[in-house]
Amino acid sequence: MHEKPTSVMSGSYAEDEFYKDILSVTGGKTDEKLARMTIQASAQCVDWMKRQGVRFQHALVGTLQLGRTNAFFLGGGKAMMNAYYDAALRCGVQVVYDAEVVDVVIQGGAFRNATVLRSGNRTQVTAKAVVVAAGGFESNLQWLKKAWGPTADNILIRGTPYNQGKVIERLLAAGAQSVGDSKEGHMVAIDSRSPKFDGGIVTRLDCISLGIVVNIRGERFYDEGEDFWPKRYAIWGKLVADQPEQIAYCFFDAKSMGKFMPTLYPAINANSIAELAALLKLPVQSVVDTIKTYNEAVKPGAFNHEILDDCKTQGLKPEKTHWALKIDQPPFYAFGLRPGLTFTFFGLKVDEQARVLMKSGGPASNVFAAGESMIGNILGKGYVAGIGVTIGNVFGRIAGRSAAQRALKSEPTEDVPQEAARHVVG
Amino acid sequence: MLSAELLEEGQHLMTVCNACRYCEGYCAVWKAMETRSVFKAEDLNYLSNLCHNCSACYYSCQYTAPHEFNLNPPKTLAKLRVQTYAQYAWPRPLAAAFQRNGVLVSAVVVVMLIGFMLAATLGLGRRLFEPVAGADFLALIPHSILVATFTAAAAFVGLALLIGFLRFWRDVGEPYNALFSPKAWGRAFMDVATMTNLDNDGAGCPYPTESASESRRWFHQLTMYGFLSCFVATILGAIRFDVLGHHGTSPYESLPVIFGSLGGIGLLVGTTGLLMLMKRRNADIIDHTQDGMDLSFMLLLMLIAATGLILLLARQTAAMGSLLIVHLALVMTLFLTMPYGKFVHGLYRSGALLKWALERSRKAAAVKP
Repeated sequence: MHEKPTSVMSGSYAEDEFYKDILSVTGGKTDEKLARMTIQASAQCVDWMKRQGVRFQHALVGTLQLGRTNAFFLGGGKAMMNAYYDAALRCGVQVVYDAEVVDVVIQGGAFRNATVLRSGNRTQVTAKAVVVAAGGFESNLQWLKKAWGPTADNILIRGTPYNQGKVIERLLAAGAQSVGDSKEGHMVAIDSRSPKFDGGIVTRLDCISLGIVVNIRGERFYDEGEDFWPKRYAIWGKLVADQPEQIAYCFFDAKSMGKFMPTLYPAINANSIAELAALLKLPVQSVVDTIKTYNEAVKPGAFNHEILDDCKTQGLKPEKTHWALKIDQPPFYAFGLRPGLTFTFFGLKVDEQARVLMKSGGPASNVFAAGESMIGNILGKGYVAGIGVTIGNVFGRIAGRSAAQRALKSEPTEDVPQEAARHVVG
Repeated sequence: MLSAELLEEGQHLMTVCNACRYCEGYCAVWKAMETRSVFKAEDLNYLSNLCHNCSACYYSCQYTAPHEFNLNPPKTLAKLRVQTYAQYAWPRPLAAAFQRNGVLVSAVVVVMLIGFMLAATLGLGRRLFEPVAGADFLALIPHSILVATFTAAAAFVGLALLIGFLRFWRDVGEPYNALFSPKAWGRAFMDVATMTNLDNDGAGCPYPTESASESRRWFHQLTMYGFLSCFVATILGAIRFDVLGHHGTSPYESLPVIFGSLGGIGLLVGTTGLLMLMKRRNADIIDHTQDGMDLSFMLLLMLIAATGLILLLARQTAAMGSLLIVHLALVMTLFLTMPYGKFVHGLYRSGALLKWALERSRKAAAVKP
């Protein structure tokens, strides 16, 4: 949130507009108190991050048209993490790499110890307070299968293979309250040729609003021009996941080529729709008919990708409500689309101090959660661009502060090391 | 010519990077990349010379090893860069000099030393090892011989560098008439002189290791200005002798000595610093096949500075003759190997910056209504 233009964002993005965006994407599945708290605290995010050494892009040239609502890191997320690790080291924090938390013991609503596996050795770690910031479970293929059924096999994971959700799982088993639905997450439509894991940002495809999307039967299934792409990209993963065999194909023609961000893999192309459909092993007649019907339904209008223009179809089911251009200029192009899961929403229920809430009622005394492990408190479903890092930042700071206060207050015990709080990385 | 393998590596790099674009603010390479959608050999040749190997992008990149995309922008661009040096070299057969460059430069030093030594011994006999009245260099080596040899060498080297530059200019797709843009020259000149566009947006370069540091820029500029200062000293010396007619030794307070001494100190400190940084740099991002070329250039500059300064201090002694021979042999080696060694990085990087200045003004002109 910002009231005035900043060095990294233009215009203003006030609390009510921000909250309205959250309300609209989640369909009301949000905790208003936590959501508003996050929005208010987000005003300090950029300055705080800069103080830790995180750097931002000046003005936006390349990425999605989000200059008003979003700030972009210089160097991307890894550069941000590098800056955080550096800042932590400067504060004297000891970071243990290649270590996995395999067990967490909670007794009487309080953290007792965690078991850490490191190069084959198990070590028990105790602490006065603990912050769970170990991500979600998007890389845990078994868990995905439990949530999604066989569909899970066709979901590509956009991040590292290490988000196994084990800490969330252990805490839930130890009596923590869950929040959210296992099937909800940040899922976008990405290039079907992307790697199974860690394809990251470059696998995105920004051409959907310029063309039409058909499923494996050659049929359209959703309004590709419903709204600006930055407001819609996050629903397309789910849309594709709900199609047969979890695959879809975006078709466009020579007019639209080059009007979207460059892609990792080249578009598949041919000089006729029939040839292109055959290349993609789609039912040729069905695709040809779909595009013919679509072209006939396109009404004349003044194309402008920067606004919600008046180029639309009439009499189609579903309609394409903006940027509807005939697909009639060879060469014709297509990209295969697969659901690409960025992160999951199911996790730990927390209160305003980021304390993990227990099933037995009330918060755990010294267990706090931040980031993806508690994002479901605010996002029941849907996504607002940038909210993931915002929640991570806001709740990371709250959880850190709460844990430090808790650790300073608690009576020192023999087996507790000097650190005020211990950051568990899993 | 660019090998198919390296071309593919460069294209893979640029395709992934152009779909990501998060490094945009680091340097001109990424801004120039964003104005392109396909990456042909000439685009890679241009972008690789725009890169100054700071590695900010490498440390930020999520696609470096062990990721299957296995990107390594600074290393790939370094490999591309050194092949452009060979590609533009004139005369063509001497392009081979970029391989095993260290050995070659050392060999030239030896040949020059023997040549100068022989000529001096034959010409001067015992006089070579005696103090010279007034510490006058020209009492040992006749002015005409000095001028003839160094003018011939300078003409050849100048021609080789010019042809190399024009080959680069044509290869990266610029017409010759684009060279007549004073504004672009001004911008490129400022970029070279101040290294503003190499400042990683004010943070300093993650070189030699990951933490940001300004040390490399300082040492580089000390070296560059040191070199230029020595060059100016030589010209001033010639003016003093040929135009003003001041024969005999330049006094300590004369301009040639002042420029030469300052330049020598700059070179000495700059190259020592760069060599120290080079020892500590992250091996993962280095194309080690270029170590010989980098080292020989820096050592040569360092030795020239050192012998020059010693010569200045010891010019009254019997050692002057020998020192002069060593110094001149090293200078001649630098001269002759300039178009076939690390020196050309300055030529092509400046050329790339000139093209970048032109691209920016063209883009600005296109945006205006």
